[in-house]
Amino acid sequence: MAMLEVNNINVFYGSIHAVKDISFKVEKGEIISLIGANGAGKTTILQTVSGLLKSTTGSITFNGQDLMHIPAHKIVGHGLAQVPEGRRVFLQMSVMENLELGAYTQPKNTIDHNLEIVFEHFPRLKERRTQVAGTLSGGEQQMLAMGRAMMSNPTLLMLDEPSMGLAPILVDEIFKIIVELNKAGVTILLVEQNAQMALSIANRGYVLETGKVVMTADAKELLNDDSVRKAYLGA
Amino acid sequence: MEFLSNVINGISLGSIYAIIALGYTMVYGIAKMLNFAHGDVIMVGAYVCFFMTSRYNMPAVVGILLSMFVCTVLGIVIERLAYKPLRQATSLAVLITAIGMSYFLQNGAQLLWTSNPKVFKSVVGDGGVQLTEGLYVSHVTLVTIAVCVIIMIALTVFTGKSKMGKAMRACSEDKGAAQLMGINVNTTISITFAIGSALAAIAGVLLCSAYPNLVPTTGSMPGIKAFTAAVFGGIGSIPGALIGGILLGIIEIFAKAYISTEISDAIVFAVLIVVLLVKPTGLLGKKISEKV
Ligand SMILES: Nc1ncnc2c1ncn2[C@@H]1O[C@H](COP(=O)(O)OP(=O)(O)OP(=O)(O)O)[C@@H](O)[C@H]1O
Ligand SMILES: [Mg+2]
Repeated sequence: MAMLEVNNINVFYGSIHAVKDISFKVEKGEIISLIGANGAGKTTILQTVSGLLKSTTGSITFNGQDLMHIPAHKIVGHGLAQVPEGRRVFLQMSVMENLELGAYTQPKNTIDHNLEIVFEHFPRLKERRTQVAGTLSGGEQQMLAMGRAMMSNPTLLMLDEPSMGLAPILVDEIFKIIVELNKAGVTILLVEQNAQMALSIANRGYVLETGKVVMTADAKELLNDDSVRKAYLGA
Repeated sequence: MEFLSNVINGISLGSIYAIIALGYTMVYGIAKMLNFAHGDVIMVGAYVCFFMTSRYNMPAVVGILLSMFVCTVLGIVIERLAYKPLRQATSLAVLITAIGMSYFLQNGAQLLWTSNPKVFKSVVGDGGVQLTEGLYVSHVTLVTIAVCVIIMIALTVFTGKSKMGKAMRACSEDKGAAQLMGINVNTTISITFAIGSALAAIAGVLLCSAYPNLVPTTGSMPGIKAFTAAVFGGIGSIPGALIGGILLGIIEIFAKAYISTEISDAIVFAVLIVVLLVKPTGLLGKKISEKV
């Protein structure tokens, strides 16, 4: 049994069929990348796993437990956190308050420990903990969104385009941290348009096109695949 | 001295508007809707207190607490039955429902308690204090101001420091992200309605202690003015509700004292229009950022 199993989900926005019969798996300890162009359905898939959107068919299980029929706010308590597209930090609240909200489901006595870990990975956040999130730079907001998700002690972390809008040097830093987290035992499901970066750190990848999985293979194979290179790696 | 007395009375009336405005502004901040039935919850609160104290001769404290309890339950029930099913509906549908709920409460009150005016017995008695020569202030005026200050401090601490308060602020910014944190949005909205309605009960008791004529439409005009105050101060903002309420109260009392009683309401709304023309988000309103 895989850690996360998504089987034959279909998601609609009104009459728009955004996710078409998609299945994929994430094994414990892996880094999995979902890559695809704009509108391929990547964000929709993550939102559905997190319970914010509902699939009309199929099943989603996490460590064998059904996720499709529990309310969205109960999912993070099972150890599944998401860093959403566009960061979506609470702009009017301080860095510290954002982090505290990340630990909303956690018992009080673990919060300090989690904070320490977050500050270890993101010393910048520690310096700025009283600053209002809306005044952080884009890169700092991305760090905050990741730190906030880590505050819930996740065993599986889903990241939706963490590199979006960041300077290359920051992208490197963010990806380095993703690898560190994975080494520390967090399984990673990474959604990216930056296919080169995403595949370079991943174990396996899924290629999405207009709501369908069109290819899945080891990340190395995908990086060397001609059609993938043409479509996503600008080769 | 007359000037000072007008200022104090204005602040006191404004305090009532501010307490009501808090209900509008908190609900708007979180549910992004205008709960036009809020003013009528005030009226229900006043009736409950009236029956407890005048009919059954209970102490004022019992009347106030029971009135808060009834309004809290009423607020939660209204939200669950009327607004929750419309979470995904257009804002126009929600607005119409809220107006319908307002009439429902008014007509319900008429049916239960008739439209004969009841004379509300002030919960703090009829006396007052002679502050200086020529400056007499009634107890209810002073108590109203004090209660407003206490409520403001309590709410500021609650939203700023408590876990629930932070969850409320998170919901008001981004409900999806709040759910990813594990926050139950429905519960948070219910609690917001509960707090707003409990405050409405207090406002109803204070309002009728100052203006003892209680009829089923008693909450309607103060409700509209408090809504104005909330918009005036910047809807969604708690300090905005306070400033908007107090300013509105002072403007109203001064318009009555120095211009004309008949057109004082018109003056109040004219000021609102001018403020909104100059600053569309209200005095303390934040720029509403577009969300994807
Ligand atoms: N709220 C919405 N209402 C209607 N259609 C939507 C909505 N959100 C997404 N879609 C549509 O669903 C499809 C998948 O969108 P999604 O956001 O999942 O793509 P994506 O792979 O994350 O794209 P990107 O890389 O640009 O973030 C798109 O065709 C999009 O237009
Ligand atoms: Mg996306």
